[in-house]
Amino acid sequence: MHEWALAEAVVATARRFAQEQKLHEVTLIKVRLGELQRIEREIFTAVLQQLLQQEAAPLKSARLSIEIESARFRCRLCAREWSLDETSASPEECEAIHFIPEMAHVYLRCLDCSSPDFEIVQGRGVWLAGLEGM
Amino acid sequence: MDPRSAIIPKRMESVRRIIAVAAGKGGVGKSSIACGLALALHDLGYGVGLLDLDFYGPSAHVILGVREDIRPQEEYGILPPTVDGIKFMSLVYYASEHPVPLRGLDLTNALIELLAITCWGPLDFLIIDMPPGLGEATLDLIRLLPRAEFLVVTTPSRVALATVRKLIELLKQQRVSLLGVLLNMQHADSSSLVISLEVPLLEALPFDPQWEAALGDRARLVRTLVYGRLREVAQKIQKIII
Ligand SMILES: Nc1ncnc2c1ncn2[C@@H]1O[C@H](COP(=O)(O)OP(=O)(O)O)[C@@H](O)[C@H]1O
Ligand SMILES: [Mg+2]
Ligand SMILES: [Zn+2]
Repeated sequence: MHEWALAEAVVATARRFAQEQKLHEVTLIKVRLGELQRIEREIFTAVLQQLLQQEAAPLKSARLSIEIESARFRCRLCAREWSLDETSASPEECEAIHFIPEMAHVYLRCLDCSSPDFEIVQGRGVWLAGLEGM
Repeated sequence: MDPRSAIIPKRMESVRRIIAVAAGKGGVGKSSIACGLALALHDLGYGVGLLDLDFYGPSAHVILGVREDIRPQEEYGILPPTVDGIKFMSLVYYASEHPVPLRGLDLTNALIELLAITCWGPLDFLIIDMPPGLGEATLDLIRLLPRAEFLVVTTPSRVALATVRKLIELLKQQRVSLLGVLLNMQHADSSSLVISLEVPLLEALPFDPQWEAALGDRARLVRTLVYGRLREVAQKIQKIII
């Protein structure tokens, strides 16, 4: 359940943002989960809700919007683009990427030229996409 | 917004001191010293963690002799396994012995992820085995963990001194705490060279023919000359109050 650590990071960042913006209430926290990291939306939502309940005023009643962003890769050598569905990795490799998404460069290769020198264009990991409040 | 950096201070809140073992060049003994110092501090009774941030050339697991099947536990984050009494974290748990070809931004991303998910718990010292030079890891550490104290390693070679001078200048400009210089693989009367660096010389370590053969074996490592000197370094460091 290392998702807990990432959810704590989301809450800490939201708390800091609320302080900086002098918000009395954060009404919505928008999170994007990159497909590459394979974090279950349900698990992440449950953990975030649990953490928010323990929070004080500005964050306590925030609603959550959590979306999965599909992963895209682009080769720096041959410009080939591909998606996560087109790749294959063993369960152990997927687990390594789950903990450190950059391990994609260790276990995934360009589909055309086999280069590890590709860009993770989108869908890497946990991203705080927005906060609404007053 | 990247949420991860905000949690890093919390991950380190029960860590009393963070010591980065750094150098201008590779091969001067950073990893040997980081591991030996971690063992020495542990043997003095302190709670010690060791973090290998040399993603391209991780070595601490080889020096400590970390068994290949050892993996971190997952709880409310990642719990570093305890190796010879030291909490040890490295990317090798995830990359094994495969090459890790990362460009700058990817390296920074992996570093931030590791710092954000690793739960060290209470520690007296977290020793960081740094990659050589002034790249991502050095700049990211100054940015993300500004209270880290730097222990700078050099050999008496003029090429090592020329590069370490640049590292020291950068660290001073960035107002980073400098614990001092360790002169490694010293040969006859080379400590005068270090005086020109204008940073206190903490200790000089000889070239120790026993060291290489002791790698991976704690019982042998602690019988080396290098370990003996690093015990003295550990005693000095515990007295330095930043
Ligand atoms: N004081 C020493 N005596 C003998 N060999 C040493 C000493 N310090 C380092 N070494 C050896 O030098 C090589 C480079 O050391 P290492 O710690 O990996 O350097 P770095 O981390 O700076 O690249 C290794 O083979 C190591 O065993
Ligand atoms: Mg090294
Ligand atoms: Zn390609």
